[in-house]
Amino acid sequence: MPDTLFTQPPHWEWLIVLYFFFGGIAAGAYALAVIVDFVGSGADRAVARVGYFVAFPLILVSGLLLTLDLGAPDRFWHMLVASNSGGLMFKWWSPMSVGSWALLIFGLFSGISFVGALAEVGVLSFLRPFSGLVRRGPLGVLFGAVGAVFGLFIAGYTGVLLSVTNQPVWADSQLLGALFLASAASTALAVLLIVIEQRHAGHGLLARLEQADNWVMGIELVVLAAFLATLGGLTGRLVLSAWGALLILGVGVLGNIAPLVIHLRGRDAAIQTASYAAVLALLGGFLLRFAIIMGGQAL
Amino acid sequence: MTAMGFYTDTTVCIGCKACQVACKEWNQLPATNGGKATLTGNSYDNTVRLSGENWRHVRFIEQFDSQHNGRWLMMSDVCKHCSQAGCLEVCPTGAIVRTEFETVVIQQDVCNGCRDCIAACPFGVIDINPASNTAQKCTLCYDRISNGLAPACAQACPTASIKFGSIDSLRQMANARVQQLQAQGEKRAYLYGADESMLGGLNSFYLLVDKPEVYGLPSNPQLPSRNLVGGSLFTALAGIGVGLAALFSFRNRGAHKEAQEVADA
Repeated sequence: MPDTLFTQPPHWEWLIVLYFFFGGIAAGAYALAVIVDFVGSGADRAVARVGYFVAFPLILVSGLLLTLDLGAPDRFWHMLVASNSGGLMFKWWSPMSVGSWALLIFGLFSGISFVGALAEVGVLSFLRPFSGLVRRGPLGVLFGAVGAVFGLFIAGYTGVLLSVTNQPVWADSQLLGALFLASAASTALAVLLIVIEQRHAGHGLLARLEQADNWVMGIELVVLAAFLATLGGLTGRLVLSAWGALLILGVGVLGNIAPLVIHLRGRDAAIQTASYAAVLALLGGFLLRFAIIMGGQAL
Repeated sequence: MTAMGFYTDTTVCIGCKACQVACKEWNQLPATNGGKATLTGNSYDNTVRLSGENWRHVRFIEQFDSQHNGRWLMMSDVCKHCSQAGCLEVCPTGAIVRTEFETVVIQQDVCNGCRDCIAACPFGVIDINPASNTAQKCTLCYDRISNGLAPACAQACPTASIKFGSIDSLRQMANARVQQLQAQGEKRAYLYGADESMLGGLNSFYLLVDKPEVYGLPSNPQLPSRNLVGGSLFTALAGIGVGLAALFSFRNRGAHKEAQEVADA
């Protein structure tokens, strides 16, 4: 009998499911935006801007969700400051402690990029020179790189946090971080795809987003399969439960295989189908968080 | 200071629940469900599990294969005050500390109710106390032992199933008791968590006469951090994979195509 079955669930429920979902999109969108800025063409900057516009509001919502989930929300700052000594509260070996700091720092980076993106489209245009500073030149590269690393961290640490417990399923695998990171990237790409398609941007841009998405969903499918196969004594129990069905059919088939097929077939199709695929990918990303968080506590 | 703890000899527990009552009284823990009686319907035990409101719980294990053949196992369960404590490891606020008695205590004025410790405890000991919305568990009566008193549960136990003292003296006592039981023919008697092999040693350990799982205890409890390095490495690998996928898909090569398309149009 797996030793993780003698524990009690931490009652992390809807607020945490929503945080994992929105936080993943925010973090993925930011990291992708920076990569687009680095290697894309001038015309691609529109995509990057969408990423910056998405990241900051969603990370604000994430912070709010996390604070509301606390038993004592007015003590949220205890995560950062040792409340009884005033010293720094940081434990590198506790994913929740590191994650709290990462959220704060990522919030700063995405906030600055958000304001910069606003300046570029004419709102707060007096900040325009400043926006160029964090997006171009050596300083811009450094700023973007550090922000993207924090973004990728936020995208994946939530899975590591679940694994660094003793809960069934969560602690029986070391692949949850990888799984959540891939899913964060795929849901972020989905949001970008929907926005870009609504704007009727160039087909080339759309095709490149789809190509990136195909790779990311491929990675997610491989990690999902490996995750399910390596749960030790719990593989059978999870796969045969409703949660397992949700993971295989909802996340695997509907959230990854279906969008992949739509992308690959859509290349020749006359009508644009990218948004359908993107909606399915978003649904899959949500179901992944829901099934893992709730399922791990229900087994 | 010397390490202090509990040694619980389950063979002399009679399931009276005096320890539960003493614990609730001393620590002023609220009644569950507003004091309304809730019956499990499948056991004489109606407390069911340790929680934020029940820091002691007498587990009833009813092993009956027929109406005339069987036995009761009873075990007063409590926080194990592990030498290597999973709850203390993950706590992001520093609310969980190790005291001068080598016990593990949650500081109630620091805890913000994030519940990471609940997920981390391999024994399912900790839970939220709805009266405070913070995580709570046995403190090994920190206030009492600081003043030279035995914890309330050990004080109340009428059969001395719960023994309080220094870990060294408790281990000696427990080993002698195992030998005595073995000599009397109870060959199943053994100690759970008394040596360093289990999480560096449990400062609340048990004498059992059946497999740990029968008592609702994991046979090989582990620290949450066992997944930290592996989980982080796999995440970093996925990050590199996703980053490369984006890098190769977005790079300038596509821009030429796009320019071409625009020109074609």
